[in-house]
Amino acid sequence: MNPGELALLALVIPAVGAVLVGLLRSSPNLREAASLTTGGVLLGVVMQIHRAVAAGETPRFVLAEPLPGIPLELVVEPLGMIFALVAGSLWIVTTLYAIGYMRGHHEKNQTRFYIFFALAISCTMGVAFAGNLFTLFIFYEALTLSTFPLVTHAGTDAAKRAGRVYLGILLSTSIGFQLLAIIWTYLLTGTIDFEMGGILEGRAGAGVVAVLLALYVFGIGKAALMPFHRWLPAAMVAPTPVSALLHAVAVVKAGVFSILKVTIYVFGIDFLTQLGASVWLMWVAAATIILASLVAFRKDNLKARLAYSTISQLSYVVLGAMLANTMGIIGGGMHIVMHAFGKITLFFCAGAVMVAAHKTEISDMKGLGRTMPVTFAAFFVGTLSIIGLPPAGGTWSKWFLGLGALDAGQVGLVAVLMVSSLLSIGYLMIVPVRAFFSPAAPNPHGHGNGGIHEAPLPSLIAIVITSLCCFALFAYPDPFFRLISMVAGP
Amino acid sequence: MEFLGLFNYWVVIFLMMVGFYALISRGNLVKKVVGLNLFQTSVIIFYVSTGKIVGGTAPILIGDDHGVAEGAAEVLYSNPLPHVLMLTAIVVGVATMAMALALVVRIKETYGTVEDDEIQAQVLADEQREGARP
Amino acid sequence: MIAAHLPAIQVLGPLLAAALCVLVPWKRVSWGIAMAGAVTAFGAAVGLLSRVLGGEDIRYALGGWAAPWGIEYRVDAVNGLVLLIVAGIGVVVTLFALTSVEREVDERRIPLFYGAWMLCLCGLLGIAITGDAFNIFVFLEISSLGTYALIAMGSDRRALVSAFRYLIMGSIGASFIVIGIGLLYVETGTLNLADLAERLPALYGERTVLVAFAFLTVGTSLKLALFPLHVWLPDAYAFAPSAVTGLIAATSTKVAVYVLLRFFFTVFGVTYSFGELSLGMWLLPLALVAIFTMSLVAIFQRNIKRMLAYSSVAQIGYIILGISFASVTGLTAATLHLFNHALMKGALFLALGCVMYRVGSVHIDALRGLGRRMPWTMAAFTAGGLSLIGVPLTVGFVSKWYLVLGALEQGMWPVAALVLVTSTLAVVYIWRVVEAVYFGEPSARADSVSEAPLRLLVPTWALIAANLYFGIDASLTTNVAGQAARALLGGAP
Repeated sequence: MNPGELALLALVIPAVGAVLVGLLRSSPNLREAASLTTGGVLLGVVMQIHRAVAAGETPRFVLAEPLPGIPLELVVEPLGMIFALVAGSLWIVTTLYAIGYMRGHHEKNQTRFYIFFALAISCTMGVAFAGNLFTLFIFYEALTLSTFPLVTHAGTDAAKRAGRVYLGILLSTSIGFQLLAIIWTYLLTGTIDFEMGGILEGRAGAGVVAVLLALYVFGIGKAALMPFHRWLPAAMVAPTPVSALLHAVAVVKAGVFSILKVTIYVFGIDFLTQLGASVWLMWVAAATIILASLVAFRKDNLKARLAYSTISQLSYVVLGAMLANTMGIIGGGMHIVMHAFGKITLFFCAGAVMVAAHKTEISDMKGLGRTMPVTFAAFFVGTLSIIGLPPAGGTWSKWFLGLGALDAGQVGLVAVLMVSSLLSIGYLMIVPVRAFFSPAAPNPHGHGNGGIHEAPLPSLIAIVITSLCCFALFAYPDPFFRLISMVAGP
Repeated sequence: MEFLGLFNYWVVIFLMMVGFYALISRGNLVKKVVGLNLFQTSVIIFYVSTGKIVGGTAPILIGDDHGVAEGAAEVLYSNPLPHVLMLTAIVVGVATMAMALALVVRIKETYGTVEDDEIQAQVLADEQREGARP
Repeated sequence: MIAAHLPAIQVLGPLLAAALCVLVPWKRVSWGIAMAGAVTAFGAAVGLLSRVLGGEDIRYALGGWAAPWGIEYRVDAVNGLVLLIVAGIGVVVTLFALTSVEREVDERRIPLFYGAWMLCLCGLLGIAITGDAFNIFVFLEISSLGTYALIAMGSDRRALVSAFRYLIMGSIGASFIVIGIGLLYVETGTLNLADLAERLPALYGERTVLVAFAFLTVGTSLKLALFPLHVWLPDAYAFAPSAVTGLIAATSTKVAVYVLLRFFFTVFGVTYSFGELSLGMWLLPLALVAIFTMSLVAIFQRNIKRMLAYSSVAQIGYIILGISFASVTGLTAATLHLFNHALMKGALFLALGCVMYRVGSVHIDALRGLGRRMPWTMAAFTAGGLSLIGVPLTVGFVSKWYLVLGALEQGMWPVAALVLVTSTLAVVYIWRVVEAVYFGEPSARADSVSEAPLRLLVPTWALIAANLYFGIDASLTTNVAGQAARALLGGAP
């Protein structure tokens, strides 16, 4: 099988997995086994594709041609490879976690949950391997639609309201801005293919480019750039595995990934730097970084705090893209990976606390570290990575972003990065510190630890794996670094 | 005397406006139908009068079966086409009228009235009942 | 032999079927006759379109009377496509009608129903195929009279009132069209569309021509429900029997749009309508207002059939918008949307027909929680809704793509943005229903219903499949639409 067909396979496998899950709905054990197996096979396939891409190949596969000259095409380039690797490897971990979580939490409609989960991953792979703007748009929208049932999983009024916000913002920005930008690009250049160095150079003036860039950056609402960020906190009503994989990794990363991709392959970083069209958007990203951090401070609900932290961290990637220089792109690309592993660990921990101790508010978690040491230790590791302190992987992305800002001559942005790191110490580090060092709140039942244990074993394993990955990425970021260097220019 | 020369058009416009007025202003459905009929009739008169030529005769072939009689080419005759078209239009008009009156009969059977405002009140009541249903 | 007479068969098939339907007293037999009529028409349409796409414009002298004296039928890419839409939808909806109509229409009237049904179809096909201006009027009235009768057979008593109001509006519109045609005849001495197109350029300055143009535009706009002449449409759609709504929503406004296209582009010519009269300046704001306000109004409707009816008025706005650009891309978009909208609205109304069959109401409260009871019906509705919104890989997306491309080509990027923004209004009104269907608590009545019978689901899903097929592989439709657009701008039919 050639790598192009493998890329198609990466889309098909989760979809087949979804069907299997549906067929095995009467036997939860078999159903979960099917989910895990699918995850394993997918990871294997993605690894295979990676071998080809690392060797310098660019696998292609044309699915169909809906409009003349506008094919539905899969092309695997290094950036997409990074995204696929992250999503593929974290899916199997999340499935492991979800098994513990969903059963521990006695969620209803678990089969529906796993089906749409698998479909969402299939769409994510489509986003990662999209060969042109049209294909990207299709999978981007499909991802929105396939995650909607997951967001509204609880079926309560609050969930429905959140679902409306979720769909409303994501669909209206993508149809209103992104699609307009795509058609406009097509009109200007006669193509919608991704090409190294961009397709717009020499075909559009500075004004049009500035407008187009804004349309793309805001139109890709999944990147949660302010003021189009409201959907992300709203989506937190979903079960925690969804928040963890989709709203810390797959969906939001699909957003920032798309922005990176558009910057590199549609505009071209040299062309952007030359025009300076992205400078004001850097500051929008910087403002989002700071503002979202400040909002995170005020959230006592752990998942809400993590959501705002995600908004803030996503803008790092947008910032990297808007810097439009080699170091910025490397930093942005690396941050997709680093933040994914760090944030998923944090969400896993939040879910574990919810399942084991039934606590969602940070102020209730005092002293909980003694009964759930593994969970909070992992939370500590995740926090390190988000802040960007050694020995966690987040160090690298912050380092390159800082270098990128200096290269672009934007000393102010370096300051923003530093302030943001300080803020994240303030709002994230406080959680494990309190859990370990504050005295526990008096237990209303008056005996022992109130029957609180560690999270279910599958979940705990998942947590340990992702937190170890945070360390591993510090020591050995090379595979990702090599991939991103292939597209970031000299 | 252009005004008088075009008097057939003025007749048409007058009839049309009378019909149109009845159509809009009358609440009685039967009167509306009458208005519509007047409106359509004015169109028919318009067509017929355009085909008429002063001094023209009926467009009948003059002569025997084997040839055209001498001087036949100079015979002034009215254009038959609009008249023929209006035969069709009259049929259409009659059909429309029948349809409209049949509907009025059914409305009278169902609502018990042919007054527009009374029917409207019942329609609104229907709407409200539907909206209020759980 | 038969191939040469396809244009006549196109119209005569349904016409004969109409007469036969009324003569037989058995409802199933009359349905069979109607089905045969529809299938004949569809076969003829396919044959005609394939010949036209081979590069041959078909001219057919009806009854052997040559053009200036007799009535001539002409088929090019534009009306070839329209014929295909009407006849194709006709077959699918007739299939649907068998079961649906037995539930919604008084049993004794069913043969009459199919008589009117076939007359309506015959009229619509006739309008599309004829090359004679007065003949357009005659067929228009045939189809309209059929439609009035069909609407009046709705089970709700409001159907009668809406049919009567439609009759009044429709007759005024038809009279306007006749006046316009009469004035053109007075001025040029011909009723043949092709001859009109040849003789009119010399008379562009005449006031009579201008008046004729105005009468024709207003009359046709009434028929196609161009905002603000749309008031008859929502109630007519809402209270007609489900199958009737499916038929007229998918075909009758489309045919009226075709008439508009024919007069604007072929008869008067683009230099007159869009050059001298700058019609684009008038149509553009009307279309935008239609799209915007009607989508907004749709959001607040609780009767879902009426909601879709308002949406139809908005969608006609999209078609008119494409026309107002008067460019190849714009007209391609308009023609494509003509086809695509027929598919999506047909599918949506048929899905509602399934609901009507089982639940007996299409009020949003009656739809609550039906997602579990009627999964296939509701999946069809959702898929149709996605197509209406313009989600990629459905036909709706293809139309939107060309429409936005057309707007950007003209440099009207605010219009392009508005087209996309209004799609999100469609998201709102479709999603209201989807949410009620999948997340609502079923009412006592909805809780006991089961899935619609296969005889209803098959036609519904056939249209959904077409929605998806032509969304994934739009090469056929875009080709035909492109050829149609070039034919329209090229002048002669």
